[in-house]
Amino acid sequence: MKDKDVTNYHAVRWREPIIYELERKGRRGFMVPTVEAEVKARAGDVVSSIPKKMRRKAPPELPQLSEPEVVRHFIHLSQQTFGVDSGINVGVGTCTMKYNPKINEALARSPRITELHPLQDEETVQGILEIMYKLQGWLCEISGMDKFSFQPRGGAHAVFANACIIRAYHNLNGELDDRDEIITTVVSHPCNAAAPAAAGFKIVTLYPNGETGCPDIEAVKAAVSKHTAGMMITDPYDTGIFDSNITEYIKIVHEAGGLVAIDQANANCILGRVKIGDLGADLCHFNLHKSFSTPHGSCGPGGAPIGVKEELAKFLPVPTVEFDGTKYYLDYDKTHSIGKVAEFHGVVPNVVRAYAWIMTMGAQGLKETSEVAVMNNNYLLKKLLEIRGVSLPWGKHHPFRMQDVRLSLEKQKEETGIGIDEVNRRIVDFGVQRCFTSHEPWIIPEPFTPEPSETASKQDLDRFAGIFRQISTEAYTDPETLKKAPHNCAISKVDLTPSSDPKKWAMTWRAYLKKHR
Amino acid sequence: MAPKKKLGLIINPIAGLGGRVGLKGTDGEAIIKRAVELGATAISSLRALETLQTLANAKDEFELVTYPHEMGKNVAKKCDLDPVVIGSIARGKTTATDTKNAARDMANLRVDLILFAGGDGTARDICEAIGVKVPALGIPAGVKMHSAVFAVSPRKAGELARSFLHGEAPLREAEVMDIDEDAFRRNRVSARLYGYLRVPYEASLVQPMKSGSLSTMDEKSSQEIIAEYIAERMDDEYYYILGPGTTIKAIADKLGIKKTLLGVDVVKRRRIVAMDLNEEQLLRLIENKKAKIVVSPIGGQGFIFGRGNQQISPQVIRRIGIDNVVIVATENKLHSIGTGRPLLVDTGDDEVDRLLSGYRRVITGYNEEVVVKVTA
Repeated sequence: MKDKDVTNYHAVRWREPIIYELERKGRRGFMVPTVEAEVKARAGDVVSSIPKKMRRKAPPELPQLSEPEVVRHFIHLSQQTFGVDSGINVGVGTCTMKYNPKINEALARSPRITELHPLQDEETVQGILEIMYKLQGWLCEISGMDKFSFQPRGGAHAVFANACIIRAYHNLNGELDDRDEIITTVVSHPCNAAAPAAAGFKIVTLYPNGETGCPDIEAVKAAVSKHTAGMMITDPYDTGIFDSNITEYIKIVHEAGGLVAIDQANANCILGRVKIGDLGADLCHFNLHKSFSTPHGSCGPGGAPIGVKEELAKFLPVPTVEFDGTKYYLDYDKTHSIGKVAEFHGVVPNVVRAYAWIMTMGAQGLKETSEVAVMNNNYLLKKLLEIRGVSLPWGKHHPFRMQDVRLSLEKQKEETGIGIDEVNRRIVDFGVQRCFTSHEPWIIPEPFTPEPSETASKQDLDRFAGIFRQISTEAYTDPETLKKAPHNCAISKVDLTPSSDPKKWAMTWRAYLKKHR
Repeated sequence: MAPKKKLGLIINPIAGLGGRVGLKGTDGEAIIKRAVELGATAISSLRALETLQTLANAKDEFELVTYPHEMGKNVAKKCDLDPVVIGSIARGKTTATDTKNAARDMANLRVDLILFAGGDGTARDICEAIGVKVPALGIPAGVKMHSAVFAVSPRKAGELARSFLHGEAPLREAEVMDIDEDAFRRNRVSARLYGYLRVPYEASLVQPMKSGSLSTMDEKSSQEIIAEYIAERMDDEYYYILGPGTTIKAIADKLGIKKTLLGVDVVKRRRIVAMDLNEEQLLRLIENKKAKIVVSPIGGQGFIFGRGNQQISPQVIRRIGIDNVVIVATENKLHSIGTGRPLLVDTGDDEVDRLLSGYRRVITGYNEEVVVKVTA
């Protein structure tokens, strides 16, 4: 079909098998030469020191292929991926898929970083400790908190660490038995309920008022009690609304004896604008891989520093990075530390990337980042709302949004049968990233959440809105084309049902063989 | 290729007749006569037509099974569908028995889903005939639709049916409610819970099977988790008045005791004390005793008191104390009622309604509660 969008995109399509299916028994990447007799004699017995029960009886079942076959396989896979550097990524709200400047990458990949070892003597790593110490200071400046730890690897991990600090705080006060409830909101990231639940708390969830999209202050008042340990919510919400009742909530929770932790994983709209610590919050966290321009690791190396007020600093994970006026050092001496939440000091290369990003941007640059991100979002929002079938929940109260916005295709779905699922399968045909829908639960029907960040140009935004308009027209005139999409992509419709059936899902080749063959 | 799915269609031709002419339902022959006299037309057929039109472009995906003439065949033909027509009826004189027969016949033919056009009365007939044996979905076409078994519009019914046939819409047990029409015509609402149908529901309220088991936890597992939580915390000092419904019955199941599905039963020390009590019996039983009430709102509508559990009267609630009212609901059910929409109470006593109003906690899981607004 002829698209009005002129890029004429078509993805590389390899139908690449799983690497185990490519295997030919006996193939090798390279042959290890036989050890020369003299080397063997000098090295002696290198095997017997391995405990017997740890020794493999059979070699591991690795796929057997030649080196070029392996390289080709992974190149094929990489050609079938789509990321920030391949095309427009303004649809993936909540994630802040901003462009990550390559200079930061170059610094993080410098051997001076990659060859460091976390167990090196402090004297020999003064440089990286200085970077960590300074970044910590800047994050304090940005958040209004007093102390940071880089240990948590991702947002949910950070929320869990903060829940542990809240637990330790009440435990120290001898109130933990009574204070076992964490209040959250259903429009917060779901880890704000899940992580404190994992830390042993009971979760009390507030629903938004149907008009305002935020919980009523009365609901918060009704939720607090002598059992309140704290409140853990996201603000700004990924609906694009900044809950301006936040100072009221903090007051109410404090009066009830609880602590307040604000999830600012995505702070891309408030840099230099809102210091959550100054508003009274006791704890917060940022995701370096969102607002601070480090790559998203896809469950890999993220970075989610947690920040706390001075009174809570003694609970932070150890070690923290300190400076005594002449040298930087690691401080393990925290009497009430919650202990480690991860090995060593966090994902240090990301600390370097975030440090470099802030250095290159400067304070004014950070402020401008947020301004442009918010402006971009509202420009796109206006263009999307002009499209038939798109609506803005809570729009009367919040016609403008922060860095992202949760829109609904409910009307289009009702009128044409085409919802966000179908649109997402179609939009990738144009060589742009699909839209993020919503965290669970879906309280907005047929949701999608664009977030252009400061990266997108006006041309990008116009093109994205144009593609959306084109898809809307298709929905109303030619829904069957849409239902068969994608047409131009590496893979088309995937049956997702096995992923929710424990009898069928398989995370490993071994599990696949067991369940499917 | 997998065998074609079978879709049943039952239209109650007289459903909805009374609505436009202000008769509040069509139960009883005199009312039907009156409705026709007043110029009522066959609303349910028009509604069913709308549903079938949304299914027409997917007609190769299923086989339609229906009853003769105005109970389905006529409408199917209008949509160019080629239905398998079963059963026989007296044209223009169909009754509840025809609806029940049709449902039973379709169940025997092992249809995958029965679409029925009607209101609460029709839902009751379907429920009586097939219970939860065969999935069913209501095309909203009645005057009274207090039951949670109807799609929000005829069009939605079609879409939902299609998703279900594709294996994309999960099933839940939904309430079949009806009110006493005589009382209703005299402006008194007196709703009863008659049973359950297994209905497909819109999976878009939960994320479509993306991240595995937790996100797609079914209604039954969610109910079991709530039951576990309630059962673990039962205090031997208290009498527990358990309201009607599947969510509450799950608690009895967890305790390993029998409970009436539609009645109000009383438990103490994890044993049944009395079953299916009325208001008077309840009042007598709890006199000078410590007690708690455990209830769940009606799915889709959100009534906590006053629909289907009138036995738990204002006096009973007063005697036990507002603080001893425990509300439970799966998150799914809360979402079916609608985010931001309040739960409702209509006990018949303004003061008790007022006491129950405001922000209340609803237990939604193990160690999980939601604060919801309750209004009269």
